[in-house]
Amino acid sequence: MAGTTQTTSEYIQHHLQNLTFGLHPENGLSFAHNAQEASDMGFWAINVDTLGWSIAMGVLFLWLFRKAARAATTGVPSGLQNMVEMLVEFVDNSVKESFHGKNRLIAPLSLTIFVWIFLLNLLDLVPVDWLPQLAQEIGVSFFGADPHHVFFRVVPTTDINATLGLALSVFALVIFYSIKIKGFSGFIAELTLHPFSSSNKFAQVLLIPINFLLEAVTLLAKPVSLALRLFGNLYAGELIFILIALLGLWQLPLHFAWATFHILIIVLQAFIFMMLTIVYLSQASEEQH
Amino acid sequence: MNLNLTLIGQSIAFAVFVWFCMKYVWPPVTQALQERQKKIADGLDAASRAQRELEQANEEAEKTLRESRDEAARIIEQARTRSNHMIEEARDNARAEGERMIENARAEIDQEINRAKEELRAQVASLAVIGAERILETSVDEKTHRVLLDKLAAEL
Repeated sequence: MAGTTQTTSEYIQHHLQNLTFGLHPENGLSFAHNAQEASDMGFWAINVDTLGWSIAMGVLFLWLFRKAARAATTGVPSGLQNMVEMLVEFVDNSVKESFHGKNRLIAPLSLTIFVWIFLLNLLDLVPVDWLPQLAQEIGVSFFGADPHHVFFRVVPTTDINATLGLALSVFALVIFYSIKIKGFSGFIAELTLHPFSSSNKFAQVLLIPINFLLEAVTLLAKPVSLALRLFGNLYAGELIFILIALLGLWQLPLHFAWATFHILIIVLQAFIFMMLTIVYLSQASEEQH
Repeated sequence: MNLNLTLIGQSIAFAVFVWFCMKYVWPPVTQALQERQKKIADGLDAASRAQRELEQANEEAEKTLRESRDEAARIIEQARTRSNHMIEEARDNARAEGERMIENARAEIDQEINRAKEELRAQVASLAVIGAERILETSVDEKTHRVLLDKLAAEL
């Protein structure tokens, strides 16, 4: 599938490059033509493919679930309603097991995380060349773009921006609930008076920086680990799909085998992200730990 | 691999999706689930209640049946004793009637015999008188010989 003029490493790099749109210092507002241009755009650029697929999958999720929710009856459920109810109950049970406070946000939040991330991950099972190839055709025939400059990376969770965006949102909620439930002073106390404490006032003051260092690392590790775990798993999975796609005819059985295994990963990663979110928020909402 | 605005975009999209889910997806689904749960619980309740009622009704029917069977048996027994009684009574009556009739007949027969005896006696008396007249060649005055004649008649 690799273009005749592409070498193997070019093919891989092409697949791992997002379609970036932003303000380039020389070319102005435009799509990046290569990785260098994309990084030259700095922070003020958008990965159109990542964001587009994320929103598309989010809309798909909400459309499906909204459809089921509107039609929800107390009678015998069927088809879509069955699936939606099963997922809702599954998420609801997971939340009830781990989160003991009362919170209207956390269950729908978990549902959104689980289903949305699952759908984003699911895009990984679409053969790696199909959508990029389609995008290339469209780019070349409608916009007259150079085929080598049409980048299209389908799976949003292989983009660190997407996973970090999710993780930081969750992190913001953790901070918000920590302060809301424990108060600002309680939050600060939690950061500075644990895990080492002393009845001696002087010793306690000395321990504050140590505690703060430890607790800050613990706190900051949460979003970073959330983001990197999802990103790492999916990035590696995607890379293996790309490598398999380079094998010619042998890719068929291998692709099938890896895709089968990958089904496990995509569900598991969505589930882990959801569970960790629930756990972090439950930690944030509980008094001391 | 560079961080850019996508990060913010993703966060905003996430927030919007969560908000939508919280507002329009979660409540109706969970409400439907809860209502169905309640409905099923109610249904199970009603079923067990109906079961209980059915058992009660069965018991009652059985009881009524048993009672009526007993009643019927009692009535039959009563009828039987009554009929026996009646037969017995009729038999007694018949026997008594028969005996009475026999008695009557016997009395009548006795009466007839007595009458015949009287008649015979009277006739014998008159015969005796006649005989005596023949022998004595005189008439026997009935009045004077009344006592004699009566004595004779009684001896016969």
